[in-house]
Amino acid sequence: MSRIQAAFEKLKLHKRKALIPFITAGDPNPQLTVPLMHGLVEAGADVIELGVPFSDPMADGPTIQRASERALKHHVGLRDVLGMVEQFRSKDVTTPVVLMGYGNPIEAMGWEHFAKRCEEAGVDGVLTVDFPPEESHEAFGHLQRHDIDPIFLLAPTTNDERIERVAKQARGYVYYVSLKGVTGAGNLDLGDIEKKIPQLRKHIGLPIGVGFGIRDAAAAHAVSRLCDGVVVGSRIVQEIEDSNEQQVVANVTRLVKELRLAIDQD
Amino acid sequence: MTYNYPDQAGHFGPYGGIYMAETLIPAVEELRTQYLRFREDPEFKAEFAYELKHYVGRPSPIYHAKRLSDDLGGAQIYLKREDLNHTGAHKINNAIGQALLAKRMGKKRVIAETGAGMHGVATATVAARFGMECIVYMGAEDIQRQAPNVFRMKLLGATVVPVESGSRTLKDARNEALRAWVTNVENTFYIFGTAAGPHPYPMMVRDFQCVIGEEAKVQMPEMIGRQPDAVIACVGGGSNAIGMFYPYIEEKNVQIIGVEAGGHGIASGSHAAPLTANARVGVLHGNKVYLMQDENGQVVETHSISAGLDYPGVGPEHCLLKDQGRAQYVAINDDEALAAFDALCRFEGIIPALESSHALAHAIKIAPGMDRGKVLLVNLSGRGDKDMNTVAALKGITL
Repeated sequence: MSRIQAAFEKLKLHKRKALIPFITAGDPNPQLTVPLMHGLVEAGADVIELGVPFSDPMADGPTIQRASERALKHHVGLRDVLGMVEQFRSKDVTTPVVLMGYGNPIEAMGWEHFAKRCEEAGVDGVLTVDFPPEESHEAFGHLQRHDIDPIFLLAPTTNDERIERVAKQARGYVYYVSLKGVTGAGNLDLGDIEKKIPQLRKHIGLPIGVGFGIRDAAAAHAVSRLCDGVVVGSRIVQEIEDSNEQQVVANVTRLVKELRLAIDQD
Repeated sequence: MTYNYPDQAGHFGPYGGIYMAETLIPAVEELRTQYLRFREDPEFKAEFAYELKHYVGRPSPIYHAKRLSDDLGGAQIYLKREDLNHTGAHKINNAIGQALLAKRMGKKRVIAETGAGMHGVATATVAARFGMECIVYMGAEDIQRQAPNVFRMKLLGATVVPVESGSRTLKDARNEALRAWVTNVENTFYIFGTAAGPHPYPMMVRDFQCVIGEEAKVQMPEMIGRQPDAVIACVGGGSNAIGMFYPYIEEKNVQIIGVEAGGHGIASGSHAAPLTANARVGVLHGNKVYLMQDENGQVVETHSISAGLDYPGVGPEHCLLKDQGRAQYVAINDDEALAAFDALCRFEGIIPALESSHALAHAIKIAPGMDRGKVLLVNLSGRGDKDMNTVAALKGITL
């Protein structure tokens, strides 16, 4: 059983919802990424989404764009990110790690080499934002060969036919983008999520995580009632940006604990 | 016709495709469906032709640059005068086509990205013409370089949004326009400025720009009794070039030459010539193309004197034409482009855009080595009024 599957089964057993925080690898600097990852787990993260910095993050709002820029100032590349996961795994063998980013750094490395390195480093899933199922055939084969779950996005605008298509290729969990916009945008529509999740469930047996626009504990709580996991990105990245380097791990840990408490509340 | 690209999924051989976030896939799909529907619609075609004739002023003439050719003493240089179009460049052909489609799709709001500002001006123009709200995303660096065009867009009623991220040029404007599209996907039509991006844009922009080459194929025999020996056009994303080249692909006796921005020279690394430099293939802005990037797959900052060519990628069809050997791609450096700019001003009384000056510079380079009976057709894609500030600054003159 994959780490992702194990994590969600355990949650289900305890009737809990997953908390899936996102940070960008190398932000605010490469030395702090692994301590931050351990901090996230200590605070109650069930899965970690680790962003791979990219020069042109088209689907991201300004907060995550700036995180990418900070990481790129330290020249953090995909090889470094894989190294960070390897280092994280020396102390944590259970928490699933999903790499999230854009396709070009992987194309540059080559999908087969990338998938092999993911397996060696202990990466569990890969979400390539700009590779929809239509363009993922090659990638899919390489990931599958190395037991890496391809994670896909679904959007409010995704129709039944495409949901079905994603359902066929997705593994691990699917990530429902809860608003029409880039990461970190403001206008979360709970009514829309409430309507959409049952439509997704008709086609998708995998757990459904919801993200984009979850900015506080109350929103995390409300969204967690409607799905299997809550993804929080921009809010955490904002905390990293606002903290000095001595306090960043403590501050992020505190924030994620608040989110955890809110999600676990009845 | 043996050449038949793209395939149904938008692939030009290994290039092109739909590399987009899921949030935009339905919008791109809708666009594809609607475009395929109207592409063959006689009413749509007639309206497009009417606008090109009466609003843009087509057909654009072909002009024999005789004094310049005589001075060079070799092949004869002919110019396809896209600079004489309404708004001063080829960009209007595509902007009209997409605006007509937007109108049929019921979209009241159009957005665009722009580099040199010509596509922004063209979009602002058609938005005014068809009564649509218009927002143009433009890199803050380009806003500096192309101040007159910014003012033109504002006069036409468009909102110009400065983009401060990344290198603050065309690529970043394109990122920002895509973000804006994701956010307002229901009521907004993205008038994409070049023959690149996710399917169907490379095909659709090509189709709208093909009028350039189709006219030339009729005009050249009228003028000289035959087709030219070569067609030459500058390539940033490559929309004016594909518009000229596509109708000539099956004319095997006509050489096809695309001219990229060599900046400070290919060897310097400071350029915008992914095809000439044999950049690695990568994925950016919705398509797989030759892409200037570092060893980690990060897109690198490019340089060109010309804002319209200052882009790390290129349209997917040019990538295929390069691989097939049907077209050759070369680079012209900043200083060569500037010399060609001066030459056309002095010999012919035509002020070309710095983009088009690259294509002209290549013709000037190869003409002297060719027989006087040979003919080079250069696509003069735009006029240089917008470049006054840049050129003056390069010459050390304050306007």
